[in-house]
Amino acid sequence: MSTQSEGALVDALEMTQIRWHSRGGQGGMTASQLLGQAAFEDGKQATAFSFYGAERRGAPLNSYNRIADQPIKLYSRVSSPDMVVVLDESLVDIQDVTAGLDEDGIVVINTTNPDIVDHDGPVIAVDATSIALDYDLSVDGTPLVNTPILGAVARTGAADIDTVAGVIEAEFGEANMKAAREAYENATEV
Amino acid sequence: MSDAVAKSEREQEESNARIMTGNAATALAAQDAGTDVVAAYPITPQTEIVENIAEAVENDEFDAEFSRVESEHSAMAAVMGASQANARTFTATASQGLLFMSEMVWWTAASRLPVVMSIANRALGPPWNIWGSHTDALSQRDSGWMQFFAGTVQEVYDLTLLSFRIAEDQDVMLPAMMNLDGFTFAHTMQPLEKLSPEDAQAFIGDIDIPHEVTSQNPRGFGAFTAGDHFWKFRKKIMDAMENVPGVAEEAFDDFADLTGREYDLVHEYKADDADLVIVGLGTLAREAEVAADVLREKHDVKAGVVRPLLHTPFPEERFREAVGDAEKVVVLDRSTSFGRGGIVTQDVKLALDQPVASVIAGIGGQNVEWDDMVDIALDAEPGKSQWFGGDL
Repeated sequence: MSTQSEGALVDALEMTQIRWHSRGGQGGMTASQLLGQAAFEDGKQATAFSFYGAERRGAPLNSYNRIADQPIKLYSRVSSPDMVVVLDESLVDIQDVTAGLDEDGIVVINTTNPDIVDHDGPVIAVDATSIALDYDLSVDGTPLVNTPILGAVARTGAADIDTVAGVIEAEFGEANMKAAREAYENATEV
Repeated sequence: MSDAVAKSEREQEESNARIMTGNAATALAAQDAGTDVVAAYPITPQTEIVENIAEAVENDEFDAEFSRVESEHSAMAAVMGASQANARTFTATASQGLLFMSEMVWWTAASRLPVVMSIANRALGPPWNIWGSHTDALSQRDSGWMQFFAGTVQEVYDLTLLSFRIAEDQDVMLPAMMNLDGFTFAHTMQPLEKLSPEDAQAFIGDIDIPHEVTSQNPRGFGAFTAGDHFWKFRKKIMDAMENVPGVAEEAFDDFADLTGREYDLVHEYKADDADLVIVGLGTLAREAEVAADVLREKHDVKAGVVRPLLHTPFPEERFREAVGDAEKVVVLDRSTSFGRGGIVTQDVKLALDQPVASVIAGIGGQNVEWDDMVDIALDAEPGKSQWFGGDL
């Protein structure tokens, strides 16, 4: 996968930076925390954090991960990500989801139509909504796409799929874990 | 210090390591410290601290009395009373909650009660804002509370335990505020290596309030006192505050023996030979270490960072030694004192002989990245107070 390590100015900037785009209630913040946990269990240093205003269902929010071999000193929001993860394809219309993303950076998106993403580099698409509904993962009618899409994120190598599955199962049980594994198998790279 | 959390996977498994937010680490530290009484009122971005403690108490994992109160003012009144009865006490708040609590904040310090309180630093309104600034805590700078500022989740946990130890020291017997940058820590998960509750409590020791009130030994407190005696109470607090750096250094030494993690009153990063020193509190100054690396490698500027872990009392001597004879000192100040500039800047100026460049940056959650800090450090002018963010 693409990381800044190839061209990092200084050692402390050698890391993989991930930006999540989601809507309140979809579990984007939780997904970033689970990925941080999985990367940590893989033996990496990891941080996970989110930035949003007043918490409300449906509002766009950004979450972030940094994953590195050395302790991570950065706390500012990720403006030059190596990967972006989009949980809700409608965000593509209202946000520049690839802002700051390198040409060879990776987009992971929950969609059946990856053409909606304007990006020359790799795009990993997965129909996380259908997978969530197949496994009956929803709250008040909102499909919980966060655990399935983590399976697709694991395809990039950001964390090991077995670790991700273990972290998800420990936190949310078997159905979520199986949904993540199915997304890992079904994700397609465009 | 916190870099010591970098360990192999196997070591992590053996050493109680985990990854969690600063809020969760705070709740865990209060639990591991063997706190007897917690009274708190939730406020963003501290809410998770209160939720985690309430849940742990409910699940019998945390053997404390948890008092649900109707306001921050009552929260501090409740822990103050419990502390007077020789209980180890903890609370947490932020921003407007701290201001509402303020009367009891000052009362607790003047009552010489070693309450520990976490502040998830947040801007004061209006305009309404839920993100980081240090002005909330620093508005209580002169209240008689010690003030620690953490730069990593590990420091949040460790300095909370250390706060209990230092606050309850017989030569101090003053309350302590443990500051963690709101939102940044509230929502940032980082690796954490915890202590066993047994080790944590042995390190802190038993609480022993010399003016404990019991049913067998009833006493009156806060009685009317005239000017010929009042000053003596204040002088004793001043003297106790002067004991803090020495007591803290002793506690740091014992903590290093126990954990291998070394702390100092001020954290230095490449400051030894630095011509340019960036000064700041908390997470901003932690990220500034990356700016210092870049200044050295790309701009040929010998840069370093000096980050006080203890802000009140300000460890002037140790701070002056850490900054040394650096030609350029740039304070990244996340606080405002209208008519004076940044609050931290004032303490820095008093401690140093060289002129200080002050830049108010990162208030109200303003995003300040390492590359911004490089520009700030290069452009800041000694003797001037500037603002990050461009034109008004």
